[in-house]
Amino acid sequence: MSDIGNVVELRHISKSFPGVKALDDVSVNVRPGSVHALMGENGAGKSTLMKCLFGIYEPDEGEIMLAGKKVTFTGARQALDAGISMIHQELHPIPYRSVMDNIWLGRYPTRNFGLFKLVNSAKMYRDTKALFDGLEMDVDPKIWVRTLSVSKIQSMEIARSVSYNAKVIIMDEPTSSLTENEVEHLFKIIRKLRDEGRAIIYISHKMEEILEIADEVTIMRDGKVVGTYPSAELTTDLIIKRMVGRDLTNRFPPRENVPGEVIMRVENFTSANPQSFKDVSFELRKGEILGLGGLMGAQRTELVESIFGLRLVKSGKIWLNGQEVTIKNPIQAKAHKIALLTEERRTTGIFPILSVADNTLIANIRSYIGRFLLLDRKREARDVQRSVDTLMVKTPSPSTLIQNLSGGNQQKVIVARWLLTEPDILILDEPTRGIDVGAKYEIYSLIADLAKRGKSIIMISSEMPELLGMSDRIMVMCEGRATGILDGKTATQEKIMELATEFMS
Amino acid sequence: MSSSAASTKKFDGQAIKNFASSNAILLVLIGIVLFIGIYRPNFLSIDNLVNILRISSVRAIIALGVGGILIARGTDLSAGRTVGFAAVISASLAQRPDYASKLFPDLPQLAICWPILAALAVGLLVGLLNGSIVAFLNVPPFIATLGTMVMVYGAESLYVDRPPRGAQPLGGLTDEFTNIGTGGTGSWNWPVDIPFIILIAALLTFIIYIILNKTRLGKNIYAYGGNPDAAVVSGVCVWKNLLLVYAIGGLCYGLAGALLASRTGGATNNYGYGYELDAIAAAVIGGVSVWGGVGRVSGMIIGVLIFEVMNNGLVVLGVSAYWQQIVKGIIIVVAVAIDIQKYVKKR
Repeated sequence: MSDIGNVVELRHISKSFPGVKALDDVSVNVRPGSVHALMGENGAGKSTLMKCLFGIYEPDEGEIMLAGKKVTFTGARQALDAGISMIHQELHPIPYRSVMDNIWLGRYPTRNFGLFKLVNSAKMYRDTKALFDGLEMDVDPKIWVRTLSVSKIQSMEIARSVSYNAKVIIMDEPTSSLTENEVEHLFKIIRKLRDEGRAIIYISHKMEEILEIADEVTIMRDGKVVGTYPSAELTTDLIIKRMVGRDLTNRFPPRENVPGEVIMRVENFTSANPQSFKDVSFELRKGEILGLGGLMGAQRTELVESIFGLRLVKSGKIWLNGQEVTIKNPIQAKAHKIALLTEERRTTGIFPILSVADNTLIANIRSYIGRFLLLDRKREARDVQRSVDTLMVKTPSPSTLIQNLSGGNQQKVIVARWLLTEPDILILDEPTRGIDVGAKYEIYSLIADLAKRGKSIIMISSEMPELLGMSDRIMVMCEGRATGILDGKTATQEKIMELATEFMS
Repeated sequence: MSSSAASTKKFDGQAIKNFASSNAILLVLIGIVLFIGIYRPNFLSIDNLVNILRISSVRAIIALGVGGILIARGTDLSAGRTVGFAAVISASLAQRPDYASKLFPDLPQLAICWPILAALAVGLLVGLLNGSIVAFLNVPPFIATLGTMVMVYGAESLYVDRPPRGAQPLGGLTDEFTNIGTGGTGSWNWPVDIPFIILIAALLTFIIYIILNKTRLGKNIYAYGGNPDAAVVSGVCVWKNLLLVYAIGGLCYGLAGALLASRTGGATNNYGYGYELDAIAAAVIGGVSVWGGVGRVSGMIIGVLIFEVMNNGLVVLGVSAYWQQIVKGIIIVVAVAIDIQKYVKKR
């Protein structure tokens, strides 16, 4: 197993977080001068593995060999010094600083000035220019990062990872918000780096990209390695099968919902933020699941949060059951029987140090006020127990802190929370993000069941199969505009991608 | 959603945002000076303006120290008490040998550098303590410096309260020492008499400007303040930078304390009380973000000047001391409210 030729060898890496075993005896070898893709569903452990390699996490077990030598990193600094650079999945720009200040952060060039070392801005500017010219990028090194678009920021991060001159470059979803042309451009850069003998570890969900650029593909599932294969031997179907561990046909539950009359109509919705969505119109039917597709930065989250009254709207109308309504805040949205499960479960979904019971009741606490303005504990306990039972939340008890539950079960609690408000319309923003493969199926079943019971669902998803497998209709957005609505039965990945990139050049 | 209401709201936000840009803050300062000058022309006399600058000097030095810490997502409540401790220590080492009620009766007259170095050392120590608590123990800066604030007051009171003398004010400082705070370049036969204390504050302003804008430390502090995760994954040694920014803050308070004792010719253990809040307020008025990552040296100085011009101007205008407090409070709240708009309007 220990080829001398490998630049990186990850040996038997294991890593646990409270409640989850994120990595379980993972071994991966990466050759120099190759593009090694890591594939797997969300929560399969790809990013965790790369954070172990980059020194952000310390693995519980196993060892990391870099160019034949054992290394132990306790921070990014050491990994960078050892010749590993990384594009992080969550972009990390510093908004109120210049592009060049961002690129050279952690290694600003200095020149001596008497006793002192001052940052050499002129050199920094020249180096940034040279770096961008070499990569054929056109960004002013001196402007504030805050003024850049998401795709430009991602390009900046790519340039930054290249600038470290590293032996190993980790790219965690580098194309999530790039246009097709920018992706082609990135691939040119990657090929050049590969031909210089560098190893690129490439994480992506996009099959076509992987098959085009990767030399080898390691597929992960549930924190374990399924196998490493030359990409020439792989097809999209094969990858999916190995990623999911079962055939695609039963990834989604059967749906028995029958969309009825129109319950909500959104007309010419335009955000108060000029960079956000414009002129979006759509209809939602009773008992319908409407998928909302698009790339990162398509402003889908901004759209649903505006409908829910969380963000300012410049113009546009919402009609509910034929009546025009005004929703300026979540309180009014709740009153109109709309519920929203936000995208960031950890930051805006759960109250981590409150119990499952408190998390279930929090959106509906008003209705439990009983005698003397005190809460009716008995009724609360009954409803919590019923929620836990019907949604099959796996929790030791209702008083367990929600932070000790798995992602899937946390999500069920939040669904339960909003079901207690008896909504007609449920908006789900990336409902299965960061949830294990097994638990996803349960969330899907839950969504299908809600639709069958006549609830209307809007589901934002960045995962194509999820959109295609769950939606009655799919609305696709690109750069803040709705580019089309597809029928769920006849839609294909290609059609969605086409609409999702319509305004990009 | 009523579209007209939403759009007017947004328009106002935009206008306020532009208004809040740092140039506008400078205009506000000039406006206040002119306003007071029109009602009380004496206010604009060179003597009075120099006097305002002289009083502002100590305040500015403290604000420069706190400002850097604010940019690094911190805060420093111990600033005022540290100024007081430094003032007490420097005063105790600068008393005339023949002064009747000396803190150390047998102390000979020391060279002028010792009281100043002692003040700086005390500031540095407190700064390092703050920085260590924040960087290594991960205690939130508010709590960490609240703790040291209380400790420092205890320590300085112990220092001053020596039997049989008791906790008396420290007076009788040597002319050499008080000359730093009260003298000027006139004594060097310069054509213009610029108070030394103003020159020192100006020099420190320049030094802090260079540190924040031209050194790795400064850039790292802005980066850490703007996005701590980014600094970590970029391999910035966070603890070192935090330790340094609190240490520099401490040195500023030490210097401010020595100058305060020198200017007033004495010190008590109540010196510096509440100065930290004035300094934080001044920095924030000058556009330093309470969320970290944003702030300029020029803004900190203008913030201090606005504060001191108001202090002086309201007295000149005959506004009662109680009303002065109310006006100052309003200024702080309005300034922060404007500052916050930049962030909440992003929705």
